[in-house]
Amino acid sequence: MDDLYREVIIEHYKNPSYRGKLDPHDISFADNNPLCGDHIQIDLRVDGNGIVTEAMFSGHGCAISQASADLLMESIIGKPLEDVKKLNKQDILDLLGIDLGPVRLKCALLSLKVLKAGVYGLGEASDSLVE
Amino acid sequence: MPAYFPMTLNIEKIRNDFPILERETANGRRVIYLDSTATSQKPVQVIEAMNDYYRRSNANIHRGVHTLAEEATSLYEGARERIAKFINASSSREIIYTRNTTESINLVAYSWARANLKAGDLVILTEMEHHSNLVPWHMLQAERGIELEFIPVTEDGLLDLEAFKALLNRTPKLVSFTHMSNVLGTINPAGEIIKLAHAAGALTLVDGAQSVPHLTVDVQALDADFYAFSAHKMCGPTGIGVLYGKTSLLEAMPPFLGGGDMIKEVKLRSFRPNTLPHKFEAGTPAIAEAVGFGAAVDYLTQIGMDDIAAHEHEITEYALERLEEVPGVKLFGPPAEKKGGVAAFTLEGVHPHDVAQILDQDGIAVRAGHHCAQPLHEKFGIPATSRASFYLYSTKEEVDLLVQGLYKVKEMFG
Repeated sequence: MDDLYREVIIEHYKNPSYRGKLDPHDISFADNNPLCGDHIQIDLRVDGNGIVTEAMFSGHGCAISQASADLLMESIIGKPLEDVKKLNKQDILDLLGIDLGPVRLKCALLSLKVLKAGVYGLGEASDSLVE
Repeated sequence: MPAYFPMTLNIEKIRNDFPILERETANGRRVIYLDSTATSQKPVQVIEAMNDYYRRSNANIHRGVHTLAEEATSLYEGARERIAKFINASSSREIIYTRNTTESINLVAYSWARANLKAGDLVILTEMEHHSNLVPWHMLQAERGIELEFIPVTEDGLLDLEAFKALLNRTPKLVSFTHMSNVLGTINPAGEIIKLAHAAGALTLVDGAQSVPHLTVDVQALDADFYAFSAHKMCGPTGIGVLYGKTSLLEAMPPFLGGGDMIKEVKLRSFRPNTLPHKFEAGTPAIAEAVGFGAAVDYLTQIGMDDIAAHEHEITEYALERLEEVPGVKLFGPPAEKKGGVAAFTLEGVHPHDVAQILDQDGIAVRAGHHCAQPLHEKFGIPATSRASFYLYSTKEEVDLLVQGLYKVKEMFG
């Protein structure tokens, strides 16, 4: 359980590398975690070959949600959107390097849900996107 | 000797009634349960009553003539009578069993409001309502075009009664408000609000989810028209709650859900509704839960609601004092004398989820989030708070452990 606040998570929470907004951007989407009101926006720039060239997140939330957003941004830069579409729950858990209970899992997965809803051009970041 | 004085609770004995307080959490720590506002723990008296019901008396109620059906019916109806007495309703016919406070409020919104409100009619709510007393009215607004206004909450977490008086000039049809805030802990002056509402010609609906478990509530003295509460926050089981309503109002209201038990007579193309309270109780109800609810009311009555309130007040006063000492802690809500056993707070630089998670490592259970009162959090400009809440089994030692835990959180995020 102490692993939950591994140094890497606290570090990404306190000093995120990809916090901010991109203007202009090619893809932008935002949504909330209805359980706690956490809010995440993700902005992407994508080149002509469908490769993510820049990615930033903004909003507010707990250490788990913010650190996972930062790690997620880091991991998708340089990747094709087609690969981003394939990311799921396990990829986030691998990035964080921890196991999470059902409630905190929602915090961790918020950024991926928002990202995928944005990439797919959907109106809502639903759970089904990451399962 | 005075009939009542604080610290009469035998805490050790009370804690022994709650087996869950004995259990350990993952790290081998004894659970420190500071989340009674979400749901209370259950004493053996309630657990055993439900157990006995299933072991000895289980049958469907009201129609069977065999021994078990008779016994189940009298247990179910007996609980209703004791619940009526607990809130001083004038008759047990005024106690409608529902699933919970939320369903009770929805019952009023679907049955009374849809029969009585039309486009442009005003319903007054408050800015400190739980989502359960907001969303049913949002839905009615979308469907009927009723208007909604809100009694503002002041900086110190109280209702602005002057603003309320001004709103009353617009002749509202209903004033629906919480007796005690589940976030700020504010105990609202329900009697005064009801009096003012009645003088303006409005009916009143009180969300008593947090008040009935913690205070002596007398619906006749308050002159409340409708009063809603849940068993699970007052030592009883989940899945059962109550809508209290004045007989004359309930009798004039159309039924809510249709089905068995709520009817007097059914023809192929028509029906006649049953009398109160059955008119509003369609289908097989939560019988074991009603039995548990009755046992919970007996338990609280036997300990004494005034003594419970005094104990919680003492714990709350101590908790606010101790929490205030922690650098970076910001408390929300009024001072202890105006609130129940709730302490909502933020810790500078740490998200409430992280606070709750780290406390959990030491077995301390607090709630983090917007506590189903998102507009209230928006008002205070914060997305979420951590909330510690207390009940008859809470102790000062538990408050000390909470404060110790917060220092640990600060260290981790420091």
